[in-house]
Amino acid sequence: MSTTLKNLTLKIWRQDGPNGAGRFDTHVIDEITDEASFLEMLDILNEQLIENGDEAVVFDHDCREGICGTCSLMINGQAHGPERATATCQLHMRKFSSGDTIVIEPWRASAFPIVKDLMVDRSAFDRIIESGGFITAATGGAPDANLIPVPKPVADAAMDAAQCIGCGACVAACPNGAANLFTSAKISHLNLLPQGQAERYQRVENMVETMDEYFGSCTNHGECEAACPKEISIDMIALMNSDYRKAKVKNRKALSRT
Amino acid sequence: MCWSRSHATNFWAMSQTLSRGPVSGTAVKAGSRRRKPFLLDLYGTAVGKKYVMAITGIMGIGFVVGHMVGNLKVYLGVVEENGELVYDIDHYAHFLRELLMPILPYGYALWILRIGLIAAIVLHLHAAYSLTVLNRKARPVRYQSARDYQVASFASRSMRWTGILVVLFIAWHLADLTWGWLNPDYVYGEVYRNIDASLSRVPVAILYIAANIALGIHLFHGMWSLFQSMGWNNPRFNKWRRSIATGLATVVVVGNVSFPIMTLAGVIEYDETAVTHSAYVEADVVETETP
Repeated sequence: MSTTLKNLTLKIWRQDGPNGAGRFDTHVIDEITDEASFLEMLDILNEQLIENGDEAVVFDHDCREGICGTCSLMINGQAHGPERATATCQLHMRKFSSGDTIVIEPWRASAFPIVKDLMVDRSAFDRIIESGGFITAATGGAPDANLIPVPKPVADAAMDAAQCIGCGACVAACPNGAANLFTSAKISHLNLLPQGQAERYQRVENMVETMDEYFGSCTNHGECEAACPKEISIDMIALMNSDYRKAKVKNRKALSRT
Repeated sequence: MCWSRSHATNFWAMSQTLSRGPVSGTAVKAGSRRRKPFLLDLYGTAVGKKYVMAITGIMGIGFVVGHMVGNLKVYLGVVEENGELVYDIDHYAHFLRELLMPILPYGYALWILRIGLIAAIVLHLHAAYSLTVLNRKARPVRYQSARDYQVASFASRSMRWTGILVVLFIAWHLADLTWGWLNPDYVYGEVYRNIDASLSRVPVAILYIAANIALGIHLFHGMWSLFQSMGWNNPRFNKWRRSIATGLATVVVVGNVSFPIMTLAGVIEYDETAVTHSAYVEADVVETETP
């Protein structure tokens, strides 16, 4: 059974552009059903704003089913809001109560410059993926599904890592603005599998060093794991840390032979 | 929200947007990096600096545990050594200088250990400083609303401050009990006497207790964190990492805090008449002057 939430105060970060000053604007939602998703609540607010001749709040969203990684939002100081293992689009108003004040901010990191209002540019993640988040596969007919045997626990671990949707909540939640959880997930999901072995060490070295150009460093708070909508474990970071050391040695040896 | 703060932070927002280079859209990297000596190359990245934090941290942990266990000898009081009555801790201090004596001259082994520890502290501080600078650059504009941390602990968030407190304390501690500058009743080589003289002063005892609590908080996170930084992660022992860190921090704090408390309680109390051989001062001088 649905109930109606009344009198919600929204404090939303508004910023005209990348170089704009930015400020919190206060809006009041008089009534909203608790079955509305958080983004639907923002849609309703935007309709109100447009009807009143004001500018709509800009925010990122796409699939709204928690799998694309486009939505973001720092809600009451938590990346993706108070619901565990959930992206903002899957957060519902039933997590809030009548009379609540909800503070909404964009992700903040130098690698994620604000485009407008709550929308940030996360293309620094693409730079990391470009530097090694791929495998070299032969072209031609698709190979048989079970041509390369993969032990079940390995496949499971790789799948856990591959769940990363690249939303950037790990960076947003990290007190240091580090992208170690994202990078380690992207490295691990390929490094764990036989298909990823050919480029394994090149991948680790390049992706870690590209990450370094944009992001902060890991101090093992664990905030990223808590914020991750896919509950990716910080065990992935340990895996990356141990592989990076091996990669530096192996790549150096390999280079000396060329 | 305060207006002046928004304006001040916006300056950084602007500079950070302008400093981002054009997006190439292709896989870069290959051949673009200068070859540096291996260790410098490794130290050049944040992950490499974290290895240094972890390894120098292990050296520091080894020292604080050894230091605490060695100091427990104050509780053994006076022992008989070569027919002389002497405080066991005084004898221990002399023993440290005689380490590996047939192989190395008097005091050399101790100095090798000291140089190792000094190097570890310098590297630990440099890596911490560089990583802090990197982290500040990674988020020049802070969140303008309050953060709601889920799992970050007080220990993990105060590492910089507990670390600074520990370094300042080490300097004070050396000036107090190694060099004797801050200890009005200091006699070289008479360890038991110096400990009693220093820790009988109530403000000093409180300082030692406070500094060791800061050390304990630092170890509580650091000892756990180093496993992750080094990538020592295995489902078989992961559940022990937290217990190891908590247990070790507790043992070090309890051991170290006991010394000022027991001095104030009168358990550690220097008695000139209890010993026949006050210290190894004469022996030290003779042995260092003999070629």
